[in-house]
Amino acid sequence: MVEFEGIILHIGSFLVIAGIYAIINVGLNVHYGHTGLFNIGIAAFFALGAYTASILVMPPPNPDLYQRYEWGGNLAFTLGSERIGFDLWFPLVLIAAAAVCAAVAYLVGSVTIRLRGDYLAITTLGLGETIRLVFTNEGWLADGTRGLNGIPRVMDGLVDPHWYDFVFLPLVLIVLVIVYFVSQRLAASPWGRVILAIRENEDTVEMVGKNAFQFKLQAFAYGAALMGIGGALYAFAKHSITPAAFEPFFATFIIWAMLILGGSGNHRGAILGAFVLWAVISSSQFLPGFLGDPNLRLAVIGLLIVVVLLVRPAGLIPETRTRT
Amino acid sequence: MVINTNALRDAVVSIFGERGFKAIERSVLVFVFALAVWALIWQLDLTVNGLLVGSVYALGAVGLSLVYGNLHLPNIAHGDYMTLGAFVALFVFGSLVPEVWSQNSVGPFTFSYTLFIALPIGVAFVAVFAVVVDQLVYRTMRRRGALPGVMALASLGVAIALRGFIQYIWGTEVEHFPRVSKKFFIWTVDLFYLQDVQVRVPPDMIFVAAAAIVLTLATYLFLNMTKWGKAMRAAADNEDLARVTGIDVERTNLLTWVIGGGMAAAAGILFATGQGQLLTISGWKLLIPLFAAVVAGGIGNPYGAFAGAIFVGVVGEVSTAWLEPSYKPAVFFAAIIVLLLVRPNGLFGQSRS
Repeated sequence: MVEFEGIILHIGSFLVIAGIYAIINVGLNVHYGHTGLFNIGIAAFFALGAYTASILVMPPPNPDLYQRYEWGGNLAFTLGSERIGFDLWFPLVLIAAAAVCAAVAYLVGSVTIRLRGDYLAITTLGLGETIRLVFTNEGWLADGTRGLNGIPRVMDGLVDPHWYDFVFLPLVLIVLVIVYFVSQRLAASPWGRVILAIRENEDTVEMVGKNAFQFKLQAFAYGAALMGIGGALYAFAKHSITPAAFEPFFATFIIWAMLILGGSGNHRGAILGAFVLWAVISSSQFLPGFLGDPNLRLAVIGLLIVVVLLVRPAGLIPETRTRT
Repeated sequence: MVINTNALRDAVVSIFGERGFKAIERSVLVFVFALAVWALIWQLDLTVNGLLVGSVYALGAVGLSLVYGNLHLPNIAHGDYMTLGAFVALFVFGSLVPEVWSQNSVGPFTFSYTLFIALPIGVAFVAVFAVVVDQLVYRTMRRRGALPGVMALASLGVAIALRGFIQYIWGTEVEHFPRVSKKFFIWTVDLFYLQDVQVRVPPDMIFVAAAAIVLTLATYLFLNMTKWGKAMRAAADNEDLARVTGIDVERTNLLTWVIGGGMAAAAGILFATGQGQLLTISGWKLLIPLFAAVVAGGIGNPYGAFAGAIFVGVVGEVSTAWLEPSYKPAVFFAAIIVLLLVRPNGLFGQSRS
């Protein structure tokens, strides 16, 4: 019976994290799959969203726990989180995280998005590192390397904290569904068709009088906003965040592997890829014997990425190309 | 000189006219240059160490840039190839060479003659390994005409798998090459009779810097003076044309991997020697300065990568005079972005269009 309960709990936490990765993956698909922007700095917006949300909900620092951040808590209190109640505050926090990420993406993009693909990639990687380093070094912002712990739970007290993942899961899935439908609708809109055309041939788009730069910038900001929402949900799901959680490996490259596995260029593939790869990663810890060695698991994940790229280069759900 | 921020340019031109803009641009550049020279002189200690750190980056960056340019593959596994080379050397020190051989060091350096046994073995091993991985993975993808991004992702898979295996075999603890501790070189320099500056340099770093210069020169001579080197450059420039003229492109690709992998191994071993310690993530952590150096020098230009590495190394070290050392990666990228805005194709890159 205990074992059964353990499995159910594991599935709950698996679905929550996979759902969050799926949201971020839709954002990456807007960047790479649709617009062709080679963003390897997902960690930047992931971290920014998570930290924005946490700073907006953290209670004031507790000196007994040696918490020494200045922004968290005070900011939330000043803005009035107490007055409207936490459950109503939560969607506002998600929107704030998205807005901050979109604003940063717009600012950074307006300088770097003109660069050629390879060069843009390296500057986004740099942005990811820079944002992580800021949160690592600036203790007043979010307590430096110790990170923020005890992030409040939304809809707390409904069930035993042990089962909390099953309260949070519907919220994640609702956000995922909204993100999916909005992104799908946008991709089919005139705006989305321009975006796809930019990926195929930017010069043609310029020739028919569209400002490709502006469209790319908007797509960059929109994708970053989705990543920010994913980051915010991640902070609530984990209850604590540290800068180490946003190292490039787990916060950027795993998400890229998910997109390629699922099939870049369509949102259903992006979502499926997130669930499948996270299932493989999180269930591989139950492998018996020497296969369960964490280092060997790492090797197996690496080999899996290579094999998928060799066997199914277009991903699990290849993009359907439409003619208009 | 092309400045890429058109909005700023237009605004300045509309106020001061085209000639005014040129004058402003020039004076801003002169001012920035003067400021940089001033900073470099007053932080002489950091500048010298930056040059040495940059030469370590150069060892890795030259190979990375060569693979990037010739095979259109931003090889994310390059850092782990470096780690692999260093661990093969560790195996040589620990198991192949009697321990007593490592007890007498060479001149002022911390290592002994056994380094010159470990170095070629490590280089050969990683060169062969790189070729095998290419045959198993990248060749198929090249034939299929995969995009550079997808190739990069495959190399990410290789990097993760390789690190997993290295950690499975050697564990994740800090390892050390056999070393004899030595004193730093210390020079005191009198700056314009105003201030004494102490320049402290670890002796090993001088050896590493010399090795970096020799290897880069050797690459330069190989690419420009030999038949195979010229064939490699031709294949990198235009694969179809090279094939038509009778160059065996598959073979030049293999040669690229032999040189790139071998230089990665040399870089990993020398870096571990200079640092005095070796971790399974050492190479992975170097990826960021390496890619920054490659981009700064212009992608696919090995000598540019050398200059880019020196640039990145000096900027990173000198910045520690004012900023926390842990901000170094951020400084690399700020420097890179500024550089790319002024020169969109890097220091020595040419526009491909």
